[in-house]
Amino acid sequence: MELDVMKKKNRKFMLFWIALIGITGFFMVITKYDPIKSFTSIPKAIVWTLTNFYPNSNSIEKLPSILSKLKETIFLSIAATTTASAFALLFGLFGSKTTKINNLLGVLSRTIASIFRNIPIVAWAMILLFSFGQNALTGYFALFFVTFGFLTRAFIETIDEASYESVEALRATGATYFQIVFQGVIPSSIPQIISWVLFMTETNIRSSTLVGILTGTGVGFVFNIYYKSMDYNSASLVVISIILTVFAIEITSNYIRRVIL
Amino acid sequence: MELSQSKINVTTHYDEYIKKTKYGKIKTKAFNLSNIIINITIISLILLTVYGFISFDYKDLNLFNAIYETFTNIKTMFLSPSISHFTLTDALYQVLITIGLAFLTTLFGSIIAIILGLFAAKNLSSERVSNSIKGFVAFVRAVPTVLWVLIFAVAAGLGSVAAVIGMTFHTIGYLIKAYSESFEEIDEGVIEALKASGANWWQIIFQAVLPSSLTYILSWTFMRFEINFTNAVAMGAAAGAGGIGFELFMASGFYFNVHEVGFITYLILAFAMILEISSTRLKNNYIA
Amino acid sequence: MELLNINRLSKEYKGGTKALSNVNFSVNEGEFVSIIGPSGAGKSTLLRCINKMIDATDGEIVFDGVSVTDINRKDLRKVRTKIGMIFQHYNLVDRLSVIENVLHGRLGYKTTLEGIIGKYTEKEKKKAFDLLKKLGLKDQAYKRCDQLSGGQKQRVGIARALIQNPKLVLCDEPIASLDPNASKVIMDHLKNINVEMGITSIFNLHQVDVAMKYSDRIIGVNSGEIIYDGTPDNLSEEKIHEIYGSEAGELITE
Repeated sequence: MELDVMKKKNRKFMLFWIALIGITGFFMVITKYDPIKSFTSIPKAIVWTLTNFYPNSNSIEKLPSILSKLKETIFLSIAATTTASAFALLFGLFGSKTTKINNLLGVLSRTIASIFRNIPIVAWAMILLFSFGQNALTGYFALFFVTFGFLTRAFIETIDEASYESVEALRATGATYFQIVFQGVIPSSIPQIISWVLFMTETNIRSSTLVGILTGTGVGFVFNIYYKSMDYNSASLVVISIILTVFAIEITSNYIRRVIL
Repeated sequence: MELSQSKINVTTHYDEYIKKTKYGKIKTKAFNLSNIIINITIISLILLTVYGFISFDYKDLNLFNAIYETFTNIKTMFLSPSISHFTLTDALYQVLITIGLAFLTTLFGSIIAIILGLFAAKNLSSERVSNSIKGFVAFVRAVPTVLWVLIFAVAAGLGSVAAVIGMTFHTIGYLIKAYSESFEEIDEGVIEALKASGANWWQIIFQAVLPSSLTYILSWTFMRFEINFTNAVAMGAAAGAGGIGFELFMASGFYFNVHEVGFITYLILAFAMILEISSTRLKNNYIA
Repeated sequence: MELLNINRLSKEYKGGTKALSNVNFSVNEGEFVSIIGPSGAGKSTLLRCINKMIDATDGEIVFDGVSVTDINRKDLRKVRTKIGMIFQHYNLVDRLSVIENVLHGRLGYKTTLEGIIGKYTEKEKKKAFDLLKKLGLKDQAYKRCDQLSGGQKQRVGIARALIQNPKLVLCDEPIASLDPNASKVIMDHLKNINVEMGITSIFNLHQVDVAMKYSDRIIGVNSGEIIYDGTPDNLSEEKIHEIYGSEAGELITE
């Protein structure tokens, strides 16, 4: 009996691996992915990076212009995150089971959030590019929409987890809806909310590099210029400054999280 | 601790426990580091946002016009989507390519991340190895995916190889963190018992660690697959990886066809939502 | 004087679960009433129907001369200010200070804006301190509630209910999460409120012995129906078995 079970398990195991290999092969064919090339390209890429991808004295001269674009990207990310979080908080309140005003509004706000979250940032960027052109606001709105969608879902979960019981107590004292929100819901969930906002700020620095490449704004734009003109020394300086920025934000937000959570 | 005889009255005497503001009003707020940091964080974010809006280079943009036009475009996109440069079959094939890129990335990424995740877990590895892997992960995650892809493209050429390897970098960074945290949650007693019975490291990994964290691994991996789908769309548009992202880029950046952008967006939205729903199901079934 | 009258009260949840069916009783001013019964008997639902935290399906509740069952939003607010509520899990806003949590009991009396920014009068704040002093918590006033023990948290909950100046206090399993010592402290405080301040009290209690010791009157509920309503003295062992059904064995250990 037990041997039978083992055999069955083994057969399932085999089938799983065969299916996985089959699917992998299928996708390699349709994406024209060459596994041999991928193996040979890794050492090639490492060698290339070490010999070409570092800042030199020439690129240091470009630092001021890189930093000014980096500044734009940082502020873009912060502005998009904070403004989107205000809207997300409102929709989060409507969407949460604890603080919903009615079911219809709840379903509506969750659906809107889901749509905004799942339309890729690329699509937003391209649509906005039509009318806003090569402008900081293109990046701002693209980040805003996706952040809004993501944070609404995060805030709904936060509010659901943090505040059901205190909301019940405040309701029983005769408090009004907005009194309950400001005296009960927000104090209970503010640490989590801030934590999500910080996480999103950091993510948006990276996303805005992508948006910048597509829409010709911020630090993504300067990277693209150096990259396309094969000025890899300057391009590497852009990458290094992004890394340092993300590290700085991460260290700050880790400190804040440690204290407030 | 007794209640007073009378009904609750307002007494006039002051207590040494009552704190007052400089205006003589009784304070109510708790004074602690956490609240101070929360306030500082909120105020800083607001100030930085205001400064950001002041400092942006708006380049004489007619804001109302642009917003109005964008609304018109969004309306056209969503209300009258259509395709003209390719057929529905082509479009679905391109989505399949994007899914393929996401699949390969997730597969390679998760295999590497499981191995490195074992060494990054504090309870299965040494402090030094764990910390150096975690440092490496922090570095990998700090570089945007698109830059990894473009850097690789110099050596491998633009295309699926560069895209998959570049995206794999970020996937590894994300999954090592997730996996090693689930490995660290494993009951110390189980590992100890196996150690006592003379099992070696690999036996412990295959008999105890992997089986007991399998469900976590699966749902984290699926969550990453969801993210990688969106990433693959982006890499198609920004780094020549092909697939539906490239079609999106062409429809908007080359043909200026809002209807087609709408159609492609719907297509991506549909697949992204399917992935999100299945990933949430998986998460609720296994993790919660 | 009659303070509360419950008439043919029924509650059916979505999906057809019947929590209460045809419940009738009335409570006079100053009474200390305990509702006992097994978990899932509908005690919690019954208590929450009184201040309309849950909408009844059928029947009427009259509190202090006002029908609660079909009341408008503004009047409901007024009714709720007159009913204090105490919870099993204390239901405090953990990250706020003790004094802020006590002052939450005043929200029902304030305009929305005053409540949002947490603007309380000096008189209210002094009263909050008085209550904390009476409950033995004056030196905890500026602590965050998550730093308190369970018994202390429940005393903050009591202070929050009392600052409302309530005519009625609803206590939903107030000692179910506390150890025996803290339970006694809390029950004694609650008894004092009833005896000395004359505030009518309705309790949901799981522990029969506690209910017998403190109450003027006991109401036994099983499957959403009242099967006993009388003094503790008249509550026979058989009746307890009837109220608790199969759970009875675990409860009566004496």
